[in-house]
This record gives sequence, C-alpha cells and structure tokens, in this order.
Amino acid sequence: MSHTISAPVERLDAREKSRGEARYLADLHFPGVRKCRFLRSPAARGTVRVLQAPALPEGYAFVCAADIPTGGRNSVQMITSDWRVFADGDVRFLGEPLGLLVGPHAGVLEELAKAFTIEIDEVEPAFTEEDGLACVGGPSFGTDNLFADHTIVKGSPEDAFESARLVVTDTFRTGVQEHVYMEPQSLVVLEEGGRLTIYISTQCPFYVREGVSSAVGRPVSEVVVKQTVTGGGFGGKEHYPDTLAAALSVAVLAVGGPIEFVMERGEDMLFSAKRHPSTVRYRAALDENNRVVALDADLTINAGAYQSGSGVVLQRAMFSAAGVYDIPNVRIRGRAVCTNTVPNDAFRGFGAPQALFAAEGLMTHIARRIGVDEVDFRRSHLVTRGSITVTNGTIREEVILPRIIDHVLDASDYRGKDAACKWGGGRGIGLSIFKHGSAFTGSGERDIIKAEIRLRKHADGRPEIIASTVEIGQGALTTLRKIVATELDIPVADVLYHDADTSRVPDSGPTCASRSVAVVGYLIEQAARRLKSRMNEPGEIEVVQRYEHPPELVWDQETYQGDAYPSYSWGANVVEVEVDRYTHEVRVVGVWTAYDVGRAIDSIVVQGQIEGGASQGLGYATLEKMELKDGRYQQVSMADYMIPTSLDFPAIESKLFDNPYPYGPSGAKGAGEVVFDGLAPALASAVEKAIGGPVHELPVTPERIAELLRGRRETDDSIRPEWIRAVDKG
Amino acid sequence: MVRDDLGLTGTKEGCGEGECGACSVLLGGRLVNSCIVPVGSVEGLTVDTIEAVRETPTGQSLVQRFAEEGAVQCGFCIPGMIMAGYALIREKGGQTDAEIREGISGNLCRCTGYDRIVAATRAAFRDEDRRRG
Repeated sequence: MSHTISAPVERLDAREKSRGEARYLADLHFPGVRKCRFLRSPAARGTVRVLQAPALPEGYAFVCAADIPTGGRNSVQMITSDWRVFADGDVRFLGEPLGLLVGPHAGVLEELAKAFTIEIDEVEPAFTEEDGLACVGGPSFGTDNLFADHTIVKGSPEDAFESARLVVTDTFRTGVQEHVYMEPQSLVVLEEGGRLTIYISTQCPFYVREGVSSAVGRPVSEVVVKQTVTGGGFGGKEHYPDTLAAALSVAVLAVGGPIEFVMERGEDMLFSAKRHPSTVRYRAALDENNRVVALDADLTINAGAYQSGSGVVLQRAMFSAAGVYDIPNVRIRGRAVCTNTVPNDAFRGFGAPQALFAAEGLMTHIARRIGVDEVDFRRSHLVTRGSITVTNGTIREEVILPRIIDHVLDASDYRGKDAACKWGGGRGIGLSIFKHGSAFTGSGERDIIKAEIRLRKHADGRPEIIASTVEIGQGALTTLRKIVATELDIPVADVLYHDADTSRVPDSGPTCASRSVAVVGYLIEQAARRLKSRMNEPGEIEVVQRYEHPPELVWDQETYQGDAYPSYSWGANVVEVEVDRYTHEVRVVGVWTAYDVGRAIDSIVVQGQIEGGASQGLGYATLEKMELKDGRYQQVSMADYMIPTSLDFPAIESKLFDNPYPYGPSGAKGAGEVVFDGLAPALASAVEKAIGGPVHELPVTPERIAELLRGRRETDDSIRPEWIRAVDKG
Repeated sequence: MVRDDLGLTGTKEGCGEGECGACSVLLGGRLVNSCIVPVGSVEGLTVDTIEAVRETPTGQSLVQRFAEEGAVQCGFCIPGMIMAGYALIREKGGQTDAEIREGISGNLCRCTGYDRIVAATRAAFRDEDRRRG
C-alpha cells in the first residue's frame, strides 16, 4: 500500500478522549434536568386490561400514548413506521414501553414503576421464526406474520435441479447478537428557542429528527438534533435511538423538560434492538464435473415485534446468500418474520454475516461431501469481473480475490497446517471468502438518501466540512478531513468538522452501511476539487455537492433486479483453533486477514476497523449468546453476556490490497462491515476439522460442541463425514 | 460519587456493575472499578482519577502513545484503559504482551480488538524505562 493518502495520521479526537475530556451525553449538564424511567410490559403479548398509576409525588409525572400531541402519531417514522412510541391497548413484546415516568430522582422512579397495577390478558406469543411462520397465537402482523417475502431468480434453477447429478441440502442457523457499544443509549430532550431539541448519542441525527417529527406532529424545522460524542454504535444507534427520542419528546411536550435518559446497561441489553437470528435452508445442484450449477435458498430472519429496518436487512442477507460464487441458476426466497421478541435491527454487516456464514458452510460441506479440496472447490466458483450477480446485475470491478486468498493461505501456512490436522484431532484451520456491498442497497442512495454535503471556505481560509456523517468511533472525523486536506494540500488539523447539528448541516444520510467514506467521502472529495481553485479568493465561499448515481448502474426496486450495490469490498480470512478435548472451549490460535477496500484513506484507521471487526466477529462466532426464556433474554449484564476481553483472541494479522474504485475518494470503498463478515465462517470451518463434525449454528459455544460430539458418537459420522443429506442421482 | 458529586466526568460509567472497567480509578494506588466501591471504604485512601493521571509523565506518555498507535476509537473505555496501563506501569511492572493483556483484561473495549491498545501500552512502558534510565 504505497499511496500517500493511506499513510497514517494521528486521529484528531484521540487525545481528548484519552484524557477524559471528550464530553459524552452523560458528561453534559442541563440545569433543571429530570430523569425518566420506562414502564415496561411484563408480558410478551396480550391486551392491556388495567394500567393504573400509583399516586405520584410532586414533580413526578407519567406519560403514555394518550399524551401524544394532536397531529402526532403513535408510530416512529423509520424505513417503515410501525414501531410504536408507547404500547396502546395491546402489547407486542416483553419490555415494550407502556409509558414513561418522569421525575427528579432515579430511585423514586424505580419504586414508582413497581407500584403500578398492570393487568394483561395474555395471548400465546411467538418467539422463534418457526413460531412466527406457524402464526402461533394467531398472526400479529397481516395474515401470515411476514413483514417481507421476496424471491429473486437468476437463470432457470428448476431445470438445473431437474438435470443435476447430485442434489445436496444443508441448513444453517445464527443467534442473536447484542451490540454492547460501551456508551449506553443516552439522550436529553428539551425545548430550546421554541424548538424541540435533542442531544443524543446517535449514528443518524436526521433519522432521529424524522422519527421525533412524525411522533409529535411537528415539522422537521421545529425539531433540532445535536449529536454528542458517541461511544460506539455498530448499528445499535442507527434507528433504536429514534424510539427513545420520540418517547422523551412526547414527555417534554406534555410535562416540560429537560428530561435525560441514560440507559442502564442491563436495560440496554434486554430491550435495545439486536442482530437478527436467521435460518438458511439450501438445496444445491451439482453437475457431473462437480460444479454447483444451481442453488435454492430459503432464508428467514426473525424481525421481532416491529419491522423497523428488517426489510432492508433481509435484502442484504438475500443478496449475500450465494456468497462470492458464480452460480448460473439461483433462486433465493427471503422472509422477515414477525414475532413477539424485542425488535431486531441494524448490526454491523446488516444481514450479510448470517448469509455468508451459511454460504461458506454450504460450499465447504459440499466439497467434503464429494471429496474434493475445499479451497480449490471454492476458488473454481469465484465471481470475476463481468459475472452476473444473483440480482442479475454485473460485477463491474476487477475481482482480486485470487491474490487475496493466496496471501492469507501463505501468511497462515494454511496448506501445511491443514495437512497436519487430523480430522477430529482437536486442531483445525478454516478459510472464508466473502464480499460486502458498500452503501445502500440498489438505488437507495439515489432515491431515498439523496445525500448532500457542503464545503465552506471561511474568511480565514480554513475549510469546513458541513455534513451529517458522524464520528461514532470509526474515525470519520479524521478520514473525511483527511480527504479534504489531501485535495487542498493543507494539514489535516486545519480542516474544520463539528459534531452534527441538524439545524446547520444538510442531510448527508445516516452513518451506516459502509457508506461514510465510499459515498459521503467521495462527495467531499469532489467538493474539495471544486473549491481548490478558489481558495485564494477573499471572503467566504461555499460549495454544495449532491449525490449522483453512477450512470451505468441499473436497479428495479420492485423486482430487486439489477446492480444491488455500486461497489463491493472483498476479503479472505483464515482462523486457526484448538478445541479443548474436555471443556470443549475453542481457543483461537491465529487469525489472518486480507482485504480489498479499494484504497485505505488511513491505514491505521482501517487497521482499527479490521482488528475491532475481527474481535467482534469472533465474539459472534464463539462467545456471544443471548437466550430467550418466556420472552425475556437471560443475559442481563456484561457478566452474563461475554464480549471479548484482551485475553480471548490473539493479535490479528492483516493486509490490504489496493484496488482503487473510480467513484470512491482516492479510490476508497467501504471498510466498516466487510471486516466483520468473514470471521464466523472461517472459525466454524476450523472448529469442524478440530471436532470432526459439522457446525450448522452460531455461536459455537462449548455447550454446543458437547452436543455436536454427543450427536456424532450416536451416528458415528466421524468415520464418514457425510453429514449433509444428499440424494445421489448419478 | 466521582462523576456526579465531584464532577470528574473523565471517569466513565459503562455498566454500573463492575464488569467493564470504564470507571477504573486508583484507590490507594490499586486499580478498582469505582462504580462498585462504597464511599465508606475510601476513607483515608487517595483516589486518583484520569484527571490526575493524565498530568503525570506516565499518563502523558500513555495519552501520546494511544494517539500515535491508533488505540482510540469511540474512546469511551479509553480513560479506564489509561488507568489500567498506568497501574501496570507504576505498580505491577511486567511488559510482555501477555502481561499487558492480562493487566487490561478487566477493561472491556468493543471497538479496537485490543491490539492497538496493547501496542500503545507497550510503547508507554518503553518511555517509562527511558525516563527511569
């Protein structure tokens, strides 16, 4: 990586954060602020028969659906608008807010919440995808509990299955993952200068503004959202904060502000949105040359009680379900199922990690089933430039996966180690190959987001980026300024960029979907180019830059046909493990990663994404388990739900390959999510070799390995590793 | 107590249960999670928070190395990490990567995967060795 822009600079927020001087929401002081506490439903589903508040002391108030102002509505505008501010009449998940208690002391609020009389006529809830599909207790949504049900077809899969030599079936499942951003959800709402003003830890200030505006029935011009220093998001602060901001806004208008909410960790773990559990059922058809000629995937995700962003998560999962493989005939059906759990929403990867775990598992299982080398088998199916995607779009960029794969195989000594591993001998090494589309799906950037940024040269000559892309830890504050500084040939620190305030910045879209550098960064680069020749002019100059869709891309949002993403980032990971014979604990011995993210804007920022993404991905694969019991998650603290510590995983080896993208700043593509996607499938493959049996489900905990080993002994699959059901037609 | 009554907001609260380490302070020179320390047990002991440690030569060196090594992302855990690094350097010694990983294992970070933090702490150890000659 020789390009000058990639040479690292010191992050501009590093020192003040290290010194404890950065002001997160909970560090701010608002005179007269009151606290609040959500009154939550004790039942997962039913009709509220009695909801009676205790006598409230002076200075305390209870706010509920009846307090939503005239003109407002009891649903928060997100991608869809089904998520209610407060339950009204019925409840749809355990913990759904029935109302908000407001008052000066947290301890008193806690006691008051216990003193409510709540009686609910319960209805049998649906918790799993299977429950939801079977409409247990009757449908909660429509007639079939399906928030979304789409099918995409490429080629003629039916014919291909008809003439196939071998058809194999395989099923994969993934569990819930909690974001565990270190700073919990936090916000303060008040009226400032006659406008409803929200100080909030968020990824998407304009999402919050829209959600609040819709709920309270005020025009967006009367709602101001100011992002505060945000201690991590990972998707968990994409839409979920909208629901909190809407509830507090209703309360401020009803009983006055300011009102503060800093979510307790246990409450955050129980009731904030999470990663969708999923099931992918495959059929794959092979011809006489051992080529996969057709794929049929039936993919379901558990959306929880409200749709929120699940329809879009489902799209990305569907479009990832064939992995990086060029299969001529494909049918993929995707369904987002309504259940009575806490709603699931965005989480780094956005549906892709679930589907890629399944796709990689399928390909390795097929290779093992037919007795060919799994690496060669996958390599012989890779997409290349010009390949047709599952949405009948075109891969337009040079695919350098072969080089990336060669690198991780060599760096890890994959071949040597794999040859030395005995099937079921306690050690294993696994490879994953994957891609991640940057930016919103399909024409979303053009038709929904319509990003705009401004670049202003102040009278003193210093340029300022005016945009809604926010720093959440990923480095946007530094990388976006670096793009301007590089273009104008000035020091990075001379470029101004303030925390987003919706009253003074245009809507450049949300901070998600690996789009901040790839899309917003490109707009900023273009604006800087236009400003460059005018930097010597006196006074203030402002350049406005709006998103333009690359003209060659085609997309039909009704049929999901065309180019699903403007560009892809690519990667390959190798994970080596040891599995303890007695405790069944998985010890990760080594992790090797290589990526094409176009070109790194800053090699250390990208390295930070790679290492952090790997840790989170390995946590997803092995440690992080949320268990639902009677509608309530059993993991209520960081002691119950284990995110990786400094002792869990070894240092991550990484390498970047330059492959500049014409519509990215200095050639950059997205890097925030691709670095998560590949860890789970590589780890699962390694564990399979170590334990001598298949892995079909995440996370791979010691308990699950024990179950797998018990199952293996019963069927003695270890002798003949043919644990995917196959119908040999040859 | 530290944050609300004394206004020392450099110490963060990530869980309130003594699990995450964001609230790390030194109590009588020993690294503790301040969120679960009863005020009564502090009597007679010195409490050092990030506000004090950042002004010491060791603290300054940690802040600089964290910045240089790219160890800071969202930053919420970092004051606590600096406290853990400080305790390691000043009190415990031991500067192999394994010892550093052990020393910061009570401090959770969700962004970095710890590698840059280990590297920064290792560099701060070297600075300390130079200072001590």
